[in-house]
Amino acid sequence: MHESAPAHGGDVLAETGEEVIGTSPIERTAAGETLGPEQELFTINFGPHHPATHGVLRLLVSLEGEVVRDLKPVVGYVHTGIEKSCEDKSYWKVIPFVERMDYLSYFFNMEAFVGCVERLLELEVPPRASYLRVLHMELNRIHSHLVWLGTSALDLGAMSMFFYCFRDRDRILDLFEMSTGQRMHTRYFQVGGVFEDIPLGFAHNLKAFLAEMPTRLDQYEAILNRNEIFLERTRNVGVVSRERLLDLGVTGPLLRAAGEPWDLRKVTPYESYADFDFNIPVGTVGDGYDRYRVRVQEMRESVRIVEQAIEGLPEGPWIADDRKVVLPPRDELSTSMEALIHHFKLVTEGFRVPPGEAYFPIESPRGELGCFTVADGSAKPVRVHIRDPSFVNLQSLRDQCIGGYIADLIQNLAMLDPILGGIDR
Amino acid sequence: MPDAPGLELIAQELNGAAEGSVLGTYHEHGQGCLIVNPERILDVLSWLRDTPGQEYHFLSSLHGVDYLPAEPRFGVVYELLNMPRAERLRLRAALADPGASASEPDRPRTRSGGGERLPEIDSCVSLFAGAEFPEREVYDFFGIVFRGHPDMRRILMPEEYVGWPQRRDFPVGGEPVIFTRNEPEMPRWFE
Repeated sequence: MHESAPAHGGDVLAETGEEVIGTSPIERTAAGETLGPEQELFTINFGPHHPATHGVLRLLVSLEGEVVRDLKPVVGYVHTGIEKSCEDKSYWKVIPFVERMDYLSYFFNMEAFVGCVERLLELEVPPRASYLRVLHMELNRIHSHLVWLGTSALDLGAMSMFFYCFRDRDRILDLFEMSTGQRMHTRYFQVGGVFEDIPLGFAHNLKAFLAEMPTRLDQYEAILNRNEIFLERTRNVGVVSRERLLDLGVTGPLLRAAGEPWDLRKVTPYESYADFDFNIPVGTVGDGYDRYRVRVQEMRESVRIVEQAIEGLPEGPWIADDRKVVLPPRDELSTSMEALIHHFKLVTEGFRVPPGEAYFPIESPRGELGCFTVADGSAKPVRVHIRDPSFVNLQSLRDQCIGGYIADLIQNLAMLDPILGGIDR
Repeated sequence: MPDAPGLELIAQELNGAAEGSVLGTYHEHGQGCLIVNPERILDVLSWLRDTPGQEYHFLSSLHGVDYLPAEPRFGVVYELLNMPRAERLRLRAALADPGASASEPDRPRTRSGGGERLPEIDSCVSLFAGAEFPEREVYDFFGIVFRGHPDMRRILMPEEYVGWPQRRDFPVGGEPVIFTRNEPEMPRWFE
């Protein structure tokens, strides 16, 4: 994929033949050396409101001329205390709350929480529900990556990519609206299955989208893959070694771009991922370009998974038949007293979860999204914690940026794909 | 995941390697958990990371739990992962609340002020560099201090915030919201 690459993670000034005296200005000033005005450290505040931070992220950047010498992310500007609020809600009311954490991958947040509660309840999900979940999650992955691709390409100057990507993203939102009734934050997954079966005509629209999507991706790659500006901006920029990434806890496309084929869908298949045939794209160098290629390739794989899911969609119920957890069918309410009682108890109080704790990790578009839930036997969780991949991955930004130009910081941040709603929760 | 006998085996070997480090084990929903003495947490983590045959090199999550009214009250939970075997192991450092005896129950929690005694545990940033943000988050929400952490400050809440919002005795909606219209109703709210 690459021609000869310069030394990774090194100092850009060392590669340009510029005179570099000793090490960083911090160490030189500490050693008592007086520095020229252009060598002195200049600390700037970047964000929290800046179009390139993909949200309300603030960075304190120390610069020596144009070169980043230190970087400190400051987060918390959209902290809304979701985890605390979840402790005050019954389990089925937590679902819309956790959805709003990482607002681009709402199906994944739902799946992490719902899967965790199902693990606590030891509840089996019917195969049709499992397939529908996979189908929606993979559509969500394409959606999330499309938003990432559009905004990141916009950061690097490719304006039209933004409009192309949002055009296709909108078609996915139309599909979500058709099957779930909402475009975003759908509350479609329930404990035990999904809220409703897909409507008539959904499969037709979905197949039309799936038939078109690979061509669209070809077009996007034709715009970017050999684009001179894009290549110059992304290649060999922001390289962090695989060992360091693992040490920092980084997962997802960032880790796979560095050559580690780690994907929870393959390693510990949850839902019905074991039934599908798909590949895990990996990169070789781990620079911005590899991260871009890995994500675009992931969209292709997601298209394949959705195709298989809609073709092989099993018949049967779409939600488990456990009346202590799942709402009874609407038509039974007028004929069955038990159904009415169950319905009343579930709506007013919610279902109870036996005491215990569980951790349920899934592969979100940004990496390992884990939900840790502690239950005490009541209808409300004692603790819901979401291990958000953006929050952990953000720690690698410093390693990516130090020694590089400030323009590369924008590129690194774009290729990191942080979602501040997920970081701050 | 190590199964229930495998978990006991790990606990036994750990107690052999570091005396009194494992206080208990439990295995539920296919996941094993070691309850660990917080004073020995670094010994346990480095043993699990570096011993051949264990090699839990990846810390996938670190979070705090408040088990009020259980004793010891707090838990710092480490989700360890062995990538080649795809095995997960949970550690829970059981921390008592040193401020429990001193605090009177009707004291307003949001304005608890200084002099508070906080539970402490060793930071594992030296073993897992990725623990830096999660440890700050646990400090931010539970008031658990990590000794040896490079930058022990609040991360998500404002830096001047008082109180530990994720503790179970911290009320939801405990923070009055001040508008110009209701400011006279709350004289000296800023104190």
